[in-house]
Amino acid sequence: MKRLILAPFLVLLLALAAPSFAQNAPSQAGSGRGTVNAEEMELQRMLQGGRVEGRTSIPDARSEVLIQPQGKAWRDFHNITLAWVGGIAVGGMILILITFYATRGRITIEGGPAGRTISRFNILERANHWMVASSFIVLGLTGLNLTFGRHVLLPILGPYAFANISLWGKIAHNFVAFPFTLGIVVMLLLWVKDNIPNGRDIEWFKMGGGLIGKGHPRAGRFNGGQKMVFWITVLGGGIVAASGYFLIFPFWGEFGVADMQLAHIIHSVLSVLMVAAMIAHIYIGSLGMEGAFDAMGSGEVDLNWAKEHHGLWVEQEMAKARQVVAPSGVKPAE
Amino acid sequence: MARMKFLCDADRCIECNACVTACKNEHEVPWGINRRRVVTINDGKPGERSISMACMHCTDAPCAAVCPTSCFYTTADAVVLHDKDTCIGCGYCFYACPFGAPQYPRVGNFGGRGKMDKCTYCAGGPQQDNTAVEYTQYGSNRLAEGKLPLCAEMCSTKALLAGDGEMIATIYRERVQRRGYGSGAWGWRTAYRENITT
Repeated sequence: MKRLILAPFLVLLLALAAPSFAQNAPSQAGSGRGTVNAEEMELQRMLQGGRVEGRTSIPDARSEVLIQPQGKAWRDFHNITLAWVGGIAVGGMILILITFYATRGRITIEGGPAGRTISRFNILERANHWMVASSFIVLGLTGLNLTFGRHVLLPILGPYAFANISLWGKIAHNFVAFPFTLGIVVMLLLWVKDNIPNGRDIEWFKMGGGLIGKGHPRAGRFNGGQKMVFWITVLGGGIVAASGYFLIFPFWGEFGVADMQLAHIIHSVLSVLMVAAMIAHIYIGSLGMEGAFDAMGSGEVDLNWAKEHHGLWVEQEMAKARQVVAPSGVKPAE
Repeated sequence: MARMKFLCDADRCIECNACVTACKNEHEVPWGINRRRVVTINDGKPGERSISMACMHCTDAPCAAVCPTSCFYTTADAVVLHDKDTCIGCGYCFYACPFGAPQYPRVGNFGGRGKMDKCTYCAGGPQQDNTAVEYTQYGSNRLAEGKLPLCAEMCSTKALLAGDGEMIATIYRERVQRRGYGSGAWGWRTAYRENITT
């Protein structure tokens, strides 16, 4: 009985005692001020995460952080991880493409150009593509400049010219983000229905997309590779845009420096990977393949090119065209 | 040449914020920027300490390491300064700095932060010493006049020490020995990778 009465008190006592474990033990020096040690606190926060923070009389929550060791982690990310990931992704992709071009050469239309063309992309699709493309080039170059410019351009241009370029680059980066994002949204709406992955894409990748192996895998309006580019652009671009907007509107809401570090890490890693992917996309859409550029140039592609790369799509278009000429129900003349 | 450092004796700091005010006044620091601030940890609990913090002028400064335009430089006195003419206001130094020293005159929506501003150790900037241009951009240059940073010079309890690292460490060590306690040199481990053993 006695135990039963005591039990709740014991729990209460434990609950009261618990927070004091988290704090520092009383001073052994007997100053009665409690023991805090700068060295210990900094080391502990560095090893276990967390920051040394307190209270200030300045009405600015940011000033309450005394020491944030995470800055070191971000520095290492920016100077080491990002430089390597970016360098390997972008440099590696360029090397792969040079090797590919040297061994495989330009991919030609097997049957030769037919001379007849088929309409592939209308003016809205092309205009939107080029809006995204031109914004991406500006964003990519100005973004890479922030990471690599210091090592590549600064020694050539000198501090003041380089600072000027970087300043305008930063402004361009912030504002060109808007047409880029708009284009990504329009792109999603225009093309998502033709970009849903299906079984044929697996076939397409198994056959190396006609790039590595022989023969052309059959594909609809977009083949496996193009679908990949589409989703890299839409999903990657979407996340990069979201994290980017977070960075150019700093400190809204309750967010602080830790959130900005994270946003920057996501933004920059995805960006360099996207730059690498888009270099490959630019290569295959221009130098790498005969007839490919017309799709986004005039919008009219050679019929033989279309049959080789998008056989199913050509069949559908042909069927549609026949429908216009001879609607169903009309019996062919015999 | 001396290796200039700051040391805040948290057992002496009474959180009067005079260093903050003196700094703002001396350099006419823009609205919203506090080159120096006083942070109270464990406020109202055992182990409460107030620490006056500003740029620590780090050895191997993180701000300088991440700056996209390399606008930082270290003086012969080991003071970390920056050139506002080549600063692009990207915010990277703010992400990397462990002490929250770099600040910007504007909130910065659309990336329009303006040029970064931080404690100069009362040593101005790359402009000609003690000129009007230097003053507008960086504030006064007391070091060039042979004076130490004002925050430490006017500290009423002499909690904040500025000067050659060896000398202020000796002063602090003697204090700790005499009174029998001391919470250590705040930020020294992070900024200089060293500690004052007492």
